[in-house]
Amino acid sequence: MCLAIPARVVALPALDVARIDLGGVQKEISLALVDDVRIGDYVIVHVGYALTKLDPEEAERTLAMMGEAGLLGGDESTAAAAGTAATPAPAGEGAE
Amino acid sequence: MSSGRDHYVRPVDFKHGHVDMTHGGGGRAMAQLIDELFLREFDNEWLRQGNDQAAFDVSAGRMVMATDSHVVSPLFFPGGDIGCLSVHGTINDVAMSGAMPLYLAAGFVLEEGFPLADLKRIVASMAAASRAAHVPVVTGDTKVVERGKGDGVFITTTGVGIVPAGIHIAGDRAQPGDRILVSGTIGDHGVAIMSLRENLTFETTITSDTAALHGLVAAMIAAAPGIHCLRDPTRGGLATTLNELARQSDCGMVIAEQRIPVQPQVNAACEFLGLDPLYVANEGKLVAICAAADADRLLAAMRAHPLGRNAATIGEVITDPHHFVQMDTSFGGRRIVDWLTGEQLPRIC
Amino acid sequence: MKYVDEFRDGALARKVAAAIAAEARPSRRYNLMEFCGGHTHAISRYGLADLLPPGIRMIHGPGCPVCVLPIGRIDNAIALAASPGLILCTYADTMRVPASKGLSLLKAKARGADIRMVYSSADAVRIAQEHPDREVVFFAIGFETTTPPTAVAILRAQELSLANFSVFCNHVLTPAAIGNILESKEVRELGTLPLDGFIGPAHVSTVIGSQPYEYFAEEYQRPVVIAGFEPLDVMQAILMLVRQLNDGRAEVENEFTRAVTRDGNAKAKALVAEVFELRRSFEWRGLGEVPYSALKVKAAYAAFDAEARYGITYRSVPDNKACECGAILRGVKEPSDCKVFGTVCTPENPIGSCMVSSEGACAAHYTYGRWKDAAIVAAAPA
Repeated sequence: MCLAIPARVVALPALDVARIDLGGVQKEISLALVDDVRIGDYVIVHVGYALTKLDPEEAERTLAMMGEAGLLGGDESTAAAAGTAATPAPAGEGAE
Repeated sequence: MSSGRDHYVRPVDFKHGHVDMTHGGGGRAMAQLIDELFLREFDNEWLRQGNDQAAFDVSAGRMVMATDSHVVSPLFFPGGDIGCLSVHGTINDVAMSGAMPLYLAAGFVLEEGFPLADLKRIVASMAAASRAAHVPVVTGDTKVVERGKGDGVFITTTGVGIVPAGIHIAGDRAQPGDRILVSGTIGDHGVAIMSLRENLTFETTITSDTAALHGLVAAMIAAAPGIHCLRDPTRGGLATTLNELARQSDCGMVIAEQRIPVQPQVNAACEFLGLDPLYVANEGKLVAICAAADADRLLAAMRAHPLGRNAATIGEVITDPHHFVQMDTSFGGRRIVDWLTGEQLPRIC
Repeated sequence: MKYVDEFRDGALARKVAAAIAAEARPSRRYNLMEFCGGHTHAISRYGLADLLPPGIRMIHGPGCPVCVLPIGRIDNAIALAASPGLILCTYADTMRVPASKGLSLLKAKARGADIRMVYSSADAVRIAQEHPDREVVFFAIGFETTTPPTAVAILRAQELSLANFSVFCNHVLTPAAIGNILESKEVRELGTLPLDGFIGPAHVSTVIGSQPYEYFAEEYQRPVVIAGFEPLDVMQAILMLVRQLNDGRAEVENEFTRAVTRDGNAKAKALVAEVFELRRSFEWRGLGEVPYSALKVKAAYAAFDAEARYGITYRSVPDNKACECGAILRGVKEPSDCKVFGTVCTPENPIGSCMVSSEGACAAHYTYGRWKDAAIVAAAPA
């Protein structure tokens, strides 16, 4: 649920109001739920409100962790047999 | 302008006037509106004759006719308005058969109280679009409905054209192995409209892509006369058009998400609203399906034309009794792109 | 789009998928519930099932506020909208949900009710300001992500001394729903719903933090990994759950560290606590009455509480007998187990809420799973 999207703050036109930019589309949203927002910050926007600031360092860290996936843990033999992700799951089983 | 109609007491007040019931009454007020607005703007030999119909010679061949009603709201949007939209829309419907559009008819249903300034702006826009496309509006009709019974103005346009000999383009002609092409970025028109919808306002430089495509189609047919299918993905977007063609042609399709051209701002606007660009309306784009051997030549011809600069090959036709349109997502998995259910509404969840 | 596109990267996806395939033991199944409808939607939209090994089963949970909204509450909203002169403002998600007498908000609008789709609760307040002579009601739905915006709207209305604005509050709580599932017969006693771990909601957690899930991990010994909204986030969370289950751990882990902390958003929580309080019980479609699972407007703000203002009485309306939404929401049945799925009940003609919302299990399966089933048939040897 809760469609929310990270957007960059490009202006602070009024108290508790931010103008945000997502891929070139701009909108004014409310900052009533967050404090200390500066121009250049990224915020998570849901139904016209910023819910929280996005932490760029944590974002980098998460991406790095994903990039290292497969280098940590796991069985050597099953890793070899794993194949590529492009193989579709066999019919009738597993995830929807 | 025909004589005998010049004796109006005063000119129509296009600045401050409004449509009222007399404008549809068939009497002098209606005649004056027709004279001073429609005839003046469209101004061609057929309308000048002042008949209720237009007569013209037809060359031999198959004739094509198409009609479209336009009820768009808002009436004016970045990149266009209901007027030019109604001209382009019907020209395109005719052109998708491979025919060269020849003439248009236009019917107006006006709501009592509609500002004449807006009507003039719309009609002027229609006339400009018609002239630029070299497809005259040769006959028309006007009616007025009571306040509250219309959305300002509804326009219905009908167009006719002739299909050149040897050209057979239809929705049921796609064959397994064919390539699927799209003429440019998708979702522009829908996003431009939505940016003005009350309570959904966001700022964007996206403008509607409304355009007459018959010139592009002519260039495409010259390069690849054996094109199998052409269709313009209007309401319901690219996804709906592909599903329609798959069903009509009794086949399936596989497309690649990465290959589909979408402007970054259109993507972003859709993210905001929880919409999928595949289902967002276009008014100046087309989908083409052709034999694999013709694909490169066809793509080159499209890209050489101003309205096809961002054309791309997005997939191919396969055998599939279920008529699924499958898509390889840019993420790596595969899913189907199903029919649109009702109208795509924004969501918060 | 920064912080979006990077988390949709196909190359990284293959790496994470390879890791999952390598680490998921072929000897066992991993039954993982993605609580949040947004995650259900992401799984369908990006075809994530293709990238997972067969031993991982994703179970769709009840985290779809539209899906769990009982018919009776939609009936209340329709009745409000039918009041002469009243403007009902709503998020577009609710418009097509089928209610009693074959009605929906969309149909009521077609019949002349003044129902306006809004993007934000702030729009509803603005409409109230612009129409001081009309009563304006905001139809508030959603989990903890959407509740703070409603609180702000009420406080703003109070600031502006609006006499014509109120909220029809249907906000529900995530931990209560998780608890309800874990306490259900199927999970606790019968074992008919094997449930090994949870993918926790993304944006709810930005507000409530990761702390509330610790109780469930501890008490029910099941790992919870909070995942961001993008497909890579979901994949990474699945990997983390697989690792916990392999290790025999049952902890709360946070994959969505770029937006979620242990404590969440204190300011938002405080605003919610100021305006709302717990209902002793609330009916959830499919789950029945769930104690302390929903919010109502506090007495201090009764002027902005549509239920107090209009004396709304709730009448419970049972689901269509053939509808299996309840069982599906609890993860006990699959859409294809429902007799009317895909025949009478389709996205065009939805009988239950699981089909109406694009993130409902049935809508997702109709679009995505139906294709998989057909592909199975096609692949069967002639």
